[in-house]
Amino acid sequence: MTPITPYHYLVLSAALFMLGVIGVMTRRNIIIIFMSIELMLNAVNINLAAFSQQLHNAVGQVFAIFVVAVAAAEAAIGLGIILAFYRNKETLNIDEMNILRW
Amino acid sequence: MRFIWLIPLLPAAGALVNGLFGIRWFSRTVSGLLACATMAGALGLSLWAFSELLGLPADARVHDVVLGHWIPPMALQTAHDIGMFQVPWQFRLDPLSGVMILVVTGVGFLIHVYSTAYMKDEAPGGYARFFSYLNLFCFFMLVLVLGANFLVMFVGWEGVGLCSYLLIGFWYEKKSASDAGKKAFITNRIGDWGFILGMFLVFFTFGTLDFRAVADAAGAMPIESAGFGVLSIICLTLFIGATGKSAQIPLHVWLPDAMEGPTPVSALIHAATMVTAGVYMVARNAVLFQHAPHVMQIVAIVGALTALMAATIGLVQNDIKRVLAYSTVSQLGYMFLATGVGAFAAGIFHLMTHAFFKALLFLGSGSVIHAMAGEQDMQKMGGLRKYMPVTFVTMMIGTLAIAGIPPLAGFFSKDEILYQSFLNNRFLWLIGAVTALLTAFYMFRLILLTFYGTYRGAPWARVAAPAAAMEAAAHGVRHPLDGQAQKDDHEVSHGAADVRAAGHAHAWHGPHESPRAMTVPLMALAVGAIVAGFLGIPQALKGANTIEHFLAPSFESHTAAAREAGAGAAAGAEHGPGAAAAEEGAHHLSTAGELGLMVLSVLIAVAGVLAARRFYFTHPELPDRLAARWRGAHALLFNKYYVDELYDATAIKGTVAGGRGLWTFDRVVIDGAVDGSGWLTRVSAWGSHMFDKHVVDGLVNLVGWIAEEGSFFVRRLQTGLVQNYALLMVVGVFAFLTLYLVAR
Repeated sequence: MTPITPYHYLVLSAALFMLGVIGVMTRRNIIIIFMSIELMLNAVNINLAAFSQQLHNAVGQVFAIFVVAVAAAEAAIGLGIILAFYRNKETLNIDEMNILRW
Repeated sequence: MRFIWLIPLLPAAGALVNGLFGIRWFSRTVSGLLACATMAGALGLSLWAFSELLGLPADARVHDVVLGHWIPPMALQTAHDIGMFQVPWQFRLDPLSGVMILVVTGVGFLIHVYSTAYMKDEAPGGYARFFSYLNLFCFFMLVLVLGANFLVMFVGWEGVGLCSYLLIGFWYEKKSASDAGKKAFITNRIGDWGFILGMFLVFFTFGTLDFRAVADAAGAMPIESAGFGVLSIICLTLFIGATGKSAQIPLHVWLPDAMEGPTPVSALIHAATMVTAGVYMVARNAVLFQHAPHVMQIVAIVGALTALMAATIGLVQNDIKRVLAYSTVSQLGYMFLATGVGAFAAGIFHLMTHAFFKALLFLGSGSVIHAMAGEQDMQKMGGLRKYMPVTFVTMMIGTLAIAGIPPLAGFFSKDEILYQSFLNNRFLWLIGAVTALLTAFYMFRLILLTFYGTYRGAPWARVAAPAAAMEAAAHGVRHPLDGQAQKDDHEVSHGAADVRAAGHAHAWHGPHESPRAMTVPLMALAVGAIVAGFLGIPQALKGANTIEHFLAPSFESHTAAAREAGAGAAAGAEHGPGAAAAEEGAHHLSTAGELGLMVLSVLIAVAGVLAARRFYFTHPELPDRLAARWRGAHALLFNKYYVDELYDATAIKGTVAGGRGLWTFDRVVIDGAVDGSGWLTRVSAWGSHMFDKHVVDGLVNLVGWIAEEGSFFVRRLQTGLVQNYALLMVVGVFAFLTLYLVAR
């Protein structure tokens, strides 16, 4: 059994990140997009934690904790925006969300 | 004498109280009593002051009272140096002003009493207003005669003009009355202009406005017998003021129209007091005038011509008050004739006697008008003698007095004037004598038409009977059948004031004697018209000529040096005790000659009376025949020599045309300039607007347009779809990463 090297972590992380990117790009439901963003954040977290272990430096993990905290704050604000949007438009379709256009 | 300042202030207080409170709250009785009481107080004070004045020695009969400073001293340039211009509120009692205050308060008081009855048809508000004006007039008149300098006199001078305006236009609902008031005021203003110019010149020449100081300074100057010097110009301008106030040619036109006012006003203002202010002013400046003999000649000629002209007009007028008005103008002419020939005392003497008999005649005519319920046309009177005996007798006395029948007052004063003018200039005497004849004629014409013959007026039985006529009578219209003379009647009761007072008015029951409040003043004035002349019985009749000696100190300068200079230089023109010795020989007729002149003037008066009797009593058809024969002359006289028409055609039309011209100038040039600048502004604004709109806005719009059109392709990127942006971001990141990896 081959040991788990940083490469594995990086591949997992990249795969997760790409899943998140594709989700953000393609889905129309804001909630799903939101969840995809969370995927991308957590992909980053995996990277941070992996390099922290590799380099024997705790800063990376601390940073990951920070990211989680910021993600929580972001989730709170994001859900608030989504609620407000829903109340205005009665839909969660991202294509309707175009009022900032020219 | 310390209280002489109270004499004018009492009527002023009465005017103030009646004017502020009376119009709203006082009954007729209260306001009438108040006005009469103030005048009675002023009369009492005047008598007291006058008796004290008599108690002084002849050359000390001057008393000054300074009430306070009016204009504080200030330096002004005069002819010789810098003078201090200062004017105190100063009253001066001397023989001249003493006589005047007695006339003003005495006649004024009687007329106030008379008015309480005459104005009783007026509503209480109008009644109080009338007495307020009347009191105010007395205040200003007393200020005028008591003022110790030109400016205080001028205050009174303007004040009486104002009151005259207010009282002539008292029935202001009537257009003719308010027009007459304006005419009087404006004509007077022309005279006032002369007075003001004279006043300026007096200060510039003498550096003071005090009458005594001016007289003293002028007395020391040489007499300007050669030409027109500064004194002559002063006198001429002052005389212009006097012609305005005293209704002399050419400013006489206002006085007859002033008869639109209530009759007591005509008696007080336009016969006894205000119109004599001009004579008083000339007499007050006697020293100035004595030093300007040419102006004296002008004064005498203007006076004589006015006397003659007014008397001729008086011959043919039919309105009883207009006859008296022209008679007043004529008698004022006599007074100016007197002052013009240097007989100042005679002028003031005639002023005094005239105040009595003319006030009497006016009040008598008021009584007649009252009895006839407003009728003023003498052709509609006649035979009134038996209805109103008191009025008849008193008016007869006044007529005899004015006609110059001895021993009534008018004889002495008029004879003194004729005598003095005979000494000065035979031609002026002739004019005066002819005027005396005419005076006797037109006055007896008035008496005969009014009181003798048969009654020619409206029948009164019919007036009282029908209800409609009762109504008309109650509203002041004389008689519904009597359509003529609507313009001049409404004397007793008038328009709007009467509708209010309609409850008090009564239907007319024919001519009747007036109430006691009207007849008693008539009797008092009649006594005055009889006895006033005895103050001036000439020496020729073994009299003392008291008034001339009494007044003399007021007509001469006071410093000894000035008096000597005056007496030395005054070879001919001056008349008075100061120069009496010098002129005794040259300028007095013998006693026999003087007596002869007197007899002559009496004969002239009697001839006038007899002619009137022949024309209007024994041969009443004669006047019409004469009028038909001399139609042109009659029309000329009847239309008052067309002077009003002349003024209308020249001064009034000229003023109106000038006004129109100025208006046209205003409209075309000034308005044109304004409109033009407005138009210019509009045009330039339009240009500026066009520039703004097309150039400035065009540039701004161009920028916007370029931005808009230029952004056409770029803005396609801004889809508003978040995922597009995210896709671009990802593509960008990959692109950069690829570039990074490849380029390395």
